[in-house]
Amino acid sequence: MPEPSPTLSRRILGAARSALNALAVPALAVFTALVVGAIIMKVVGGDPLLAYLGLWQGAFGSVKALSETCVWASPYIFAGLAVALAFKGGLFNIGAEGQLQVGAVTAAWIGYALPDVLHTSLPAVIHLPLAILGGSLAGAIWGGIPGWLKARTGAHEVINTIMMNYIAVLMAGYLLNGPMRNPDPLNLSARTPSIALSARVPRIFANPDLRVHWGVVLALVIAVAIWWLLYKTTIGFEIRTVGTNPDAAKYAGISVTRAIVLSMALSGLLAGLAGTIEVVGLNYRHELGFSTGYGFDAITVALLGKTNPFGVVLAAFLLGAMRNGATRMQFLTQVPTDIVSVIQALILLFVAADAIVRFIFRLRAPKEKMVLTRGWS
Amino acid sequence: MSWPRFGFIILTVGAIIGAAVVIGQAQLPWLLIITTMIRTTLQVATPLTLGALSGVWCERAGVVNIAIEGMMLLAAFFGFIAAIYTNQAITGGVLTPTGSAISLAVGVTAAVLTGGLAGLFHAFLSVTQRVNQIISGTVINILAIGLTGYLNRQLFFQGQVPHAPGVLPTLHIPVLADIPTVGKIFEQQPIAISAILLVVITHFVLFYTPWGLRTRAVGEHPRAVDTVGINVYKMRYANVIIGGLIAGLAGAYFTIESVPSFEPLMTNGRGFISLAAMIFGGWSPFGAWAASLVFGSAQALQINAQGFGLPVPSQFVGMLPYILTMLALTGIVGKTLPPVADGVPYEKTGD
Repeated sequence: MPEPSPTLSRRILGAARSALNALAVPALAVFTALVVGAIIMKVVGGDPLLAYLGLWQGAFGSVKALSETCVWASPYIFAGLAVALAFKGGLFNIGAEGQLQVGAVTAAWIGYALPDVLHTSLPAVIHLPLAILGGSLAGAIWGGIPGWLKARTGAHEVINTIMMNYIAVLMAGYLLNGPMRNPDPLNLSARTPSIALSARVPRIFANPDLRVHWGVVLALVIAVAIWWLLYKTTIGFEIRTVGTNPDAAKYAGISVTRAIVLSMALSGLLAGLAGTIEVVGLNYRHELGFSTGYGFDAITVALLGKTNPFGVVLAAFLLGAMRNGATRMQFLTQVPTDIVSVIQALILLFVAADAIVRFIFRLRAPKEKMVLTRGWS
Repeated sequence: MSWPRFGFIILTVGAIIGAAVVIGQAQLPWLLIITTMIRTTLQVATPLTLGALSGVWCERAGVVNIAIEGMMLLAAFFGFIAAIYTNQAITGGVLTPTGSAISLAVGVTAAVLTGGLAGLFHAFLSVTQRVNQIISGTVINILAIGLTGYLNRQLFFQGQVPHAPGVLPTLHIPVLADIPTVGKIFEQQPIAISAILLVVITHFVLFYTPWGLRTRAVGEHPRAVDTVGINVYKMRYANVIIGGLIAGLAGAYFTIESVPSFEPLMTNGRGFISLAAMIFGGWSPFGAWAASLVFGSAQALQINAQGFGLPVPSQFVGMLPYILTMLALTGIVGKTLPPVADGVPYEKTGD
């Protein structure tokens, strides 16, 4: 006898169960990582419980804390989407750091220098979008170059994106110490002048303590846009197909070269946005040394979120919360903020080697494995 | 190694040294410039050579290892703290010749062992857990950055830092080092000399011993090797651990041979440049060494540029190794082929 079509309640239960299943490994990976982190802290002589309390307080303990967590999350959402998109295309973009830098540098320049160059002040409705566009484009180019090299010469994007990171940081070092340096005699750091008011993203709340700005909303919108791009457009289909099976894609008439370059360029665009949003939404300038390992954080965010745009958003808030809370944790317990990097690496470890978590918590293995990248060929 | 590639290497190194001569002519005699450049090149190419050798050992057996950077960093840190705490224990913080000698030896040993442990971990993830090898490599890299940064701050920013027992002494190779001016090239530190020796040893083992044959077979066609009764997993574990040990020696270079201190992120991409050297060198020891010399000479130019009076901002010279790496990878001087089973986790079926 044929099964009756599922009732609404059964559909909801089914969806809830599959959502829980999908969340199980990442959630348990985070939990296990926190436990191992606590062990490490204990061994070296810290108080893990107090440390985690401080972490929680710093991340969620007050309205200001929540605002700061959102602030931290915005670039992580963009950068995490960048890496996730590249993964969907079968590519490993470790270049988020460099793409972020060039995005920030470009956005800063448009923000403070363009009005002078054009001898006119620009209205916000033009200036801000221009800055955002410029930063994104710069990131797209920075990501597109390794993409093009991979498509045309087969040079592996892992090494090339890392090389571009160092080139970008050196270039930023030259610019921020030289032509783009704030000429104010009171300025002692390698930073640009403040960007014009017309190039700044407005804050959401009037309270000056709450730094959260509309950039975080933009990030959420872009996350939806990327989901739509990947799953509802032809381009997204091509990217995903090339990511899963380039030979099948070629056989189906998809241009593998175009897909690879597009994936990396879009990925770079998103990472460039991450840098841009920090300049136009938070700092209103670009300073050397402002990004501390965003590139690797982005990889953790992307993998923790299982390269799904919505998962990435959740993971971005989690990592943003940890990074934000770490300062309070260090203040309370003297545990250095670097422990967050250790925990982050452990999270990545347990997500990647999910067999470990499955073994510890007796979970069933999924039917299909996530294809991420291949070797050198 | 093909002739075009060999020619490219000679040409590039020559161009870089030539550039150094052109820049520094006004200040120093050309023979001194060439000698200094060659000497510095051999020095700074040490971690690159060792890193590339580490890569050769791992990848020839079929395991992609992008964790060389992380392994170097971990080894640099743990070797360093082993050295300073040994010195503290022996002499109470004072610098004495015997105390330093013992401490440095302990430091090098600790660094090498740390690399071996990291190799074991990478092997566990890649061979047993069959995790995507680039991901497992990235995990080790992130773990290295976080762990060394955290421990560095926890142990040192708080209280008294024990004195570092200096660095490894510069050795004078007899006869050759006595040649006036040019003899300076033959004054190198132990790890630098070991690197060159390891190139020869690796080449010999890989191409002239049964172990090397089995290793290469495991990297090309593991299933065939399995049917002959050789344990693919054991071979891969062994080779990755050896690769880790060598990467550990590379790490020792940073804090025990180069400078007597540890800075977070001090490896600065050299692990990744070594990978490019390995690829450009065609996964062969001598090729990897030659490629390392190219990248090393670019770095030597950056180091000596200030002394020679360079008119270009230092950051641009600093970009040279990275740009060269990208250029080398484009295969503009011919593509190189990795071992066929490189990066593919092996799964025994029907057992």
